[in-house]
Amino acid sequence: MTPPRTILDKIWESHVVKHLGDGWAILHIDRHVLHDLSGPPALLGLIQRKLHTRNPELTFATPDHAVSSMPGRTGQTFAGGARLWMGLKMLTAQQKIRMFDIGEQGQGIVHVMAPELGIALPGTTLICGDSHSCTNGGVGAMAFGVGTSESTHALATQTLRLRKPKSMRVNVEGKLARGVAPKDLALHLMRVLGPTVGVEHFIEFAGSAIRDLPVEGRLTLCNLSVEMGGRSGLVAPDDKTFAWLEGRRFAPKGADFERAVAYWRTLVTDKDAIFDKEVSVDAADVAPVVTWGTSPDMGIPVDGMIPDPEKAPERETRQAITAALHYMGLEAGKPLIDTKVDWVFIGSCSNSRITDLREAARIVEGKHVAEGVTAWVVPGSVAVKQQAEAEGLDRIFIDAGFFWREPGCSMCVAANGEQVPPLARAVSTSNRNFVGRQGPRARTHLASPASAAAAAIAGKIVDVRSI
Amino acid sequence: MFEPFTVVRGRACPLPNTNIDTDIIIRIERLIGGDFAKLGQYAFEALRYLPNGAENPDFPLNQARWRGAPILIAGANFGCGSSREGAVNALMGLGIRSVIASSFGDIFYSNCFQNGLLPIRLPEEEVQTLMQEAREDEGIFGVSLIDNEITSATGRKIGLAIDELRRTAMIDGLDDIDLTMRHESEIAAWQEADRVARPWIWAFAMEGTAL
Repeated sequence: MTPPRTILDKIWESHVVKHLGDGWAILHIDRHVLHDLSGPPALLGLIQRKLHTRNPELTFATPDHAVSSMPGRTGQTFAGGARLWMGLKMLTAQQKIRMFDIGEQGQGIVHVMAPELGIALPGTTLICGDSHSCTNGGVGAMAFGVGTSESTHALATQTLRLRKPKSMRVNVEGKLARGVAPKDLALHLMRVLGPTVGVEHFIEFAGSAIRDLPVEGRLTLCNLSVEMGGRSGLVAPDDKTFAWLEGRRFAPKGADFERAVAYWRTLVTDKDAIFDKEVSVDAADVAPVVTWGTSPDMGIPVDGMIPDPEKAPERETRQAITAALHYMGLEAGKPLIDTKVDWVFIGSCSNSRITDLREAARIVEGKHVAEGVTAWVVPGSVAVKQQAEAEGLDRIFIDAGFFWREPGCSMCVAANGEQVPPLARAVSTSNRNFVGRQGPRARTHLASPASAAAAAIAGKIVDVRSI
Repeated sequence: MFEPFTVVRGRACPLPNTNIDTDIIIRIERLIGGDFAKLGQYAFEALRYLPNGAENPDFPLNQARWRGAPILIAGANFGCGSSREGAVNALMGLGIRSVIASSFGDIFYSNCFQNGLLPIRLPEEEVQTLMQEAREDEGIFGVSLIDNEITSATGRKIGLAIDELRRTAMIDGLDDIDLTMRHESEIAAWQEADRVARPWIWAFAMEGTAL
């Protein structure tokens, strides 16, 4: 009898082309996604070595990082990124790789478009030159970010040389309270487990609260795996996943779909399988979380107090809190609620899906953005944008004084001319509040779409449960 | 293909901040230009320079004794965040060849080995001790992959535990792609079997949507 295995064991082992000893393997990569920032250097690396893309049919590209999100934009609207956009276009054409270009169906943030088109599928190995590739774990893919060199390696060989990562399970049992979003759960996990809990591990998120999440919510949760240190995070696929994927452009069709589902059903962790690390969190403990610091784990329940470095246990922690409060322009021991806000950004691979926009629109409907606040909504993909427009969500946002933009990474990565100004305070649905992330000296508070929308209306941080 | 890593000797600069992310190591805008040879001048720019553009005298790498140090002793979770390989290029552009910390961002850790920058994981107490030695003693540290050890400024020896596969590749400056391409027939055989086992992974390739 084979010993019980985790879902991570099953996916890993089924992709080993060759064992190299000591846990190392040449691992097959089923899906490789390229974007305009890391795609061109990876492709150039290939071409300079006089190699070609081994499996262009398993490779997909779209521009998102360094393109403008301005209405009416082209690939050259942001001049700084024009060369990268052109490079991606030319090099993918030369290598016969599908590209979903600006203005075309399929274009969007890599980690929004890949599940949406059925490129990411349960049990696949998926890589992209972007750390948030783990997002795709929301549909049960083993997905992880790679650097440029590894991307070139995968273009040339459709494999990677990897050491099998340790496994970790995060169990979340119980029910999330009303007004608590998947993003709050992710920020809560970070807050209680810390930014290094997943280092050297791939994560499975499990438990009743995870099974209750819609697929979009699972994508949001898995998106933040890397912020917990996990290079990859996934949720075992279930009926919800299969229904969500059926009919998508690159998802299996007809008899293939039935056969795939039969296989996907085996992708669960066996009873008694052992993880290298296991933690449990109670869903009932999760409140809306807003970050106050410069690392995604520096968050508190929105109605909590900004931490006091004097009360922190270790020297490094005290220094880190002090530095973060100084950068953020916040005072220790004060409430976070009522902190005045200048910018609101609803978008990013964390929260730019249709469910996110619906949540935000529900808060915004019939109200207006507060004076002095600049508020943006950047849909995650062309498909999300079209769906939102069909539902009239764009009108709700525009009537409320939001800017309704074109799909891309926009202000989350701030590599496209779209930045929060120095010292301005933003509530953002993105995933990183690092120093300078949204622009030099910009101050970022991470939050759910509903919390961000509520902040835009109030002009300050508010408890979305009070609305 | 990169400069092989055998032995590196020089000053070791302590950078005790935890969770130094790759955004801090290199701002994304600096990668848009695409001139990877120049990234060193932008490494750590939010820490290295004051808002007025002057050097921040408090930043260790700006201080005379650590300027140009080839070894960095860093706080936990160094290189977390974005996958940008430019972070490794930026550190190397600054002359850094090895980073010692109790943990690293996983993608950054992999990227280091692709470029000949040696990341060394040690227990946190050992990292703290080394930082202390680097502060107190102005002596020279050594990192040797040949002998698999660090020699601290006081002459203490600390053993390294680097995967043998990676160690060999670093010493030889070996390229993963060449190594893997030797297994082409095995990759082809695996794919052929997979086309039978999971036809849906391959099916759409024949739809002719773009190919």
